[in-house]
Amino acid sequence: MSSTETNSHARDVLVVEDLHKSFGQTEVLKGISLTAKKHDVITILGSSGSGKSTFLRCINLLEMPNAGRVYVNGELIKMATGRDGLPYPADAQQMVRIRRKLAMVFQQFNLWAHMTVLQNVMFAPVKVLGIDKRDAELAAIAYLEKVGLAEKRHHYPNQLSGGQQQRVAIARALAMEPDVMLFDEPTSALDPELVGEVLKVMRSLAEDGRTMLVVTHEMGFAREVASRVVFFHQGKVEEDGPPAELFASQKSPRFQKFLSSMATK
Amino acid sequence: MSLFDDYYTLLIESGPEILDGFIVSLKLLAGSCFFAFLLAVPLAIARVSENAWLRQFARTYSSIFRGTPLLVQIFIFYYGLSQFEAVRNSVIWPLLGDSFYCGITVLALNLTAYMAEDVRAGIMAVPHGEKEAATAYGLSKFQCYRYIIIPRALSIVTPVLGNEVIAQLKATALVSTITVLDMTGIVRRLSARSYTTDALIIAGVIYALTTLTISLVVRFAEHRNTRHIRR
Repeated sequence: MSSTETNSHARDVLVVEDLHKSFGQTEVLKGISLTAKKHDVITILGSSGSGKSTFLRCINLLEMPNAGRVYVNGELIKMATGRDGLPYPADAQQMVRIRRKLAMVFQQFNLWAHMTVLQNVMFAPVKVLGIDKRDAELAAIAYLEKVGLAEKRHHYPNQLSGGQQQRVAIARALAMEPDVMLFDEPTSALDPELVGEVLKVMRSLAEDGRTMLVVTHEMGFAREVASRVVFFHQGKVEEDGPPAELFASQKSPRFQKFLSSMATK
Repeated sequence: MSLFDDYYTLLIESGPEILDGFIVSLKLLAGSCFFAFLLAVPLAIARVSENAWLRQFARTYSSIFRGTPLLVQIFIFYYGLSQFEAVRNSVIWPLLGDSFYCGITVLALNLTAYMAEDVRAGIMAVPHGEKEAATAYGLSKFQCYRYIIIPRALSIVTPVLGNEVIAQLKATALVSTITVLDMTGIVRRLSARSYTTDALIIAGVIYALTTLTISLVVRFAEHRNTRHIRR
């Protein structure tokens, strides 16, 4: 696929090399390496405490990695260590620039409660990307239509159900036209009957060719929609491959154990 | 019926004077609340800042103005500072030398400390996830505060700020001690002249009615501000 080695990073939207992260004395990420190409839909699985969410949050710098390298679209994120030994981003401008290319969908939705649905979706494109208000509004309505909530655009978040709020959050992420969409357990806080509508939207995004990194417990999504499955165990990558392979052969005993524990739920 | 006559006469004779005083009281209220609100938000932000100097400054300011009686603060600013020639010759003398402006200044500085604590409570009550989403989407610190944190915090503490305004009306009465002719100043003089407390009682009634009116306005503002957020 790659004609020359120097070009091999060209289609790599995200490259993570040997990422380490500790909280105090506890090392949560023990050297994670992962590459995401354009149009990849990568599902990250693992039990609680395996570091999946931490890993995701290290990519958009909500958490600062202690060691390792993260490249977003070929650009290396510059890190520095403060006097207290804790890491911090060396280039604040770069951090903002990188974050513009990554949009996150949170487990708790995190919509801005004092703004309407439409304002929530328009806000970042206008304030961060500098898009004209009228253009942003039209685009926002289009994104809301994509997630099926255009008619609720003048409602406030607390007037919507959990599934609806999460779909608005997805529209908000889409509005930034990110290079990679990060999903941090998007359905874990939802009532079971609302999970389906969100997964449906996520599936359509995958079909559109969006690059997605999804931390989830939804095995169905991993099996059917993901182009790759990554299994985390205690801060390390245990398995990394196409779902068909992983779910069929199940080489690692830990992965087998994990799958059987998920099946009983 | 002579009780009624007394009050009636008093109102006819001194009504306009009392009204003038009332206007002064309202000016003290409006002026001090306006400036206090402008200063309280930056002070609250300083209080939660990552910068240790800012935090310490805000803490010290707060403990000085909330830890000492307002009356003492008023005396120190008006009588105390005017002892120093440096102050009398300085550029802020027109402010401190005039009893009315000095009064408004102290009232504002005092109220700032209380309001800043309220706003700070509001900032801390903003759901952490909403702040995090703002950062994650690439907003600068200033943008986070300007569009997400402060508006959210203010809508959370609107009821509390409203209470501060209501309480401030009563605080304005203290400036009568530095010869400001607000309503309390006027009725104290009237009372002293007539050796009765009738004027004071009238002032009391006016204060109470005004407080009631302000409460209604504040509740209405509260309602409008939070209607879309609370259910």
